[in-house]
Amino acid sequence: MTEALANLEGVTVQFDDRLVVNRVSLTVHRGDIITIIGPNGAGKTTLIKTVLGLQRATSGKVSRAPGLVTGYVPQHLTLEATLPLSVRRFMLLSGKPLADCEAALARTGVSHLLEASVHHLSGGEKQRLLLARALVRKPDLLVLDEPAQGVDINGQAALYELIRELRDELHCGVIMISHDLHLVMAATDKVICLNQHVCCSGYPADISHDPAFIETFGHQVAESLAVYHHHHNHQHNLHGDVVAGTGHQGACNHEHH
Amino acid sequence: MSIIDAVLGDFFWRALIGGLGVALVAGPLGCFVVWRRLAYFGDTLAHSALLGIALSFLISVPLNLAVIITCVVIALALVLLSRTRALSTDTLLGILAHSALAIGLVTLSFMPEVRVDLTGLLFGDLLAMSRQDLLWIYGGAAVVLTLLAVLWRGLLMSTIHEELARVEGVPVERLRLALMLMFSLVIAVAMKIVGVLLITALLVIPAATARRLAKNPEHMMALAVVFGFIAVAGGLSMSWYLDSPAGPSVVVTAFLSFLLVYGAARKSSH
Repeated sequence: MTEALANLEGVTVQFDDRLVVNRVSLTVHRGDIITIIGPNGAGKTTLIKTVLGLQRATSGKVSRAPGLVTGYVPQHLTLEATLPLSVRRFMLLSGKPLADCEAALARTGVSHLLEASVHHLSGGEKQRLLLARALVRKPDLLVLDEPAQGVDINGQAALYELIRELRDELHCGVIMISHDLHLVMAATDKVICLNQHVCCSGYPADISHDPAFIETFGHQVAESLAVYHHHHNHQHNLHGDVVAGTGHQGACNHEHH
Repeated sequence: MSIIDAVLGDFFWRALIGGLGVALVAGPLGCFVVWRRLAYFGDTLAHSALLGIALSFLISVPLNLAVIITCVVIALALVLLSRTRALSTDTLLGILAHSALAIGLVTLSFMPEVRVDLTGLLFGDLLAMSRQDLLWIYGGAAVVLTLLAVLWRGLLMSTIHEELARVEGVPVERLRLALMLMFSLVIAVAMKIVGVLLITALLVIPAATARRLAKNPEHMMALAVVFGFIAVAGGLSMSWYLDSPAGPSVVVTAFLSFLLVYGAARKSSH
């Protein structure tokens, strides 16, 4: 049995009279990759903030393993234009030695940016920097809020692959929010479909057949996911092809046997 | 000893030494004002300082202490009120800033036996700096700089990304309080130099000037101190030679160096 890192039990979060998260229970174990998907305003960000302890639950129980080190990759790094900051300085603010910081940057593929100003980074570079920043803390639990935002589609596949590799290297648990359904389905162990409450959850292959999932995302998405997932089962390691396939659903179908 | 006495015995030197002491803390704190968009907040605290002065006469406590306490109370009230989200923060600041100033002025007018130099309080009375004022300034500067050095990483981290900082275990709320305490302290001591209406300028302008040239946060702080020094020294000289009011002259000098740096940087970037 793997160690439970964080556990939510019947957690409800309410802002004034608006119910944002409704009786959600979930457990993240070491080695898990859990992805939360759901429409806009489904309470995804609020849910992971509850896991992180940034948001207090209105009711329900939140527990985290004692001494848990969390790495958080927020949705954006919006830096005040008035605050000059280099990548090196930002990494060093983790309190870790420079060598560790450089190693983390190298691991996420942005070591060449060490002396760059954070203000001049592209969206994708910022995400990789934030990931490195989370990584350098050697987290037990990695929490990512739409990590692939502002990353081009090839980069997205690579980023999810990287997250999976990091899970193996650090042997940590991962919980993330994503909109990139196709990519998520390939890189995740468990999907939670959230719409205030947990609509459905389970393995990616199963979930796209779930009536609740189909109701939330529509037939088209569900079908395309099922098709895609099939595709992926047969052709591993070809991320370029996989990504191209998502844009040409028809072609993808034809290639199949 | 006699040299020190001669220097401290001269009002011009006292003013210069005091002004430099204020610039020493106004620079670093001013950076936080700029980074955290606290200019209006600083204004509100500065205005409430006048209320503190009125209170100090009313209940006869030391002036600096009354100012610090009033600023802290107003700062706490702001934090609590902004949490209720009934009014937007800038509306709230607008209400508190001017109400505090007005209440202070009205209270002072009810005490005809108290003779205060209102212009001095509002715009600074740098040249009337006493040795005791110098003690307050350098004592306050020592406290603020020590606090900044100790809390530096957490303060900077929570300025960059509050939630990230919180996840990493930075006590964000406590640091916010510490920062407010430091602001209150700086306002209490800087009031002498530029007066309650111009304090924010001494915080914001050198820091904003420094931003144009700085590569990292520490660098920006150091430069802000330098530009603060220039403003104080330049302003005092201006006041000396042109017989202009000292406080506003300091702010004018700060503004001129801001224009110069941005103008030069603009030219060099083309």
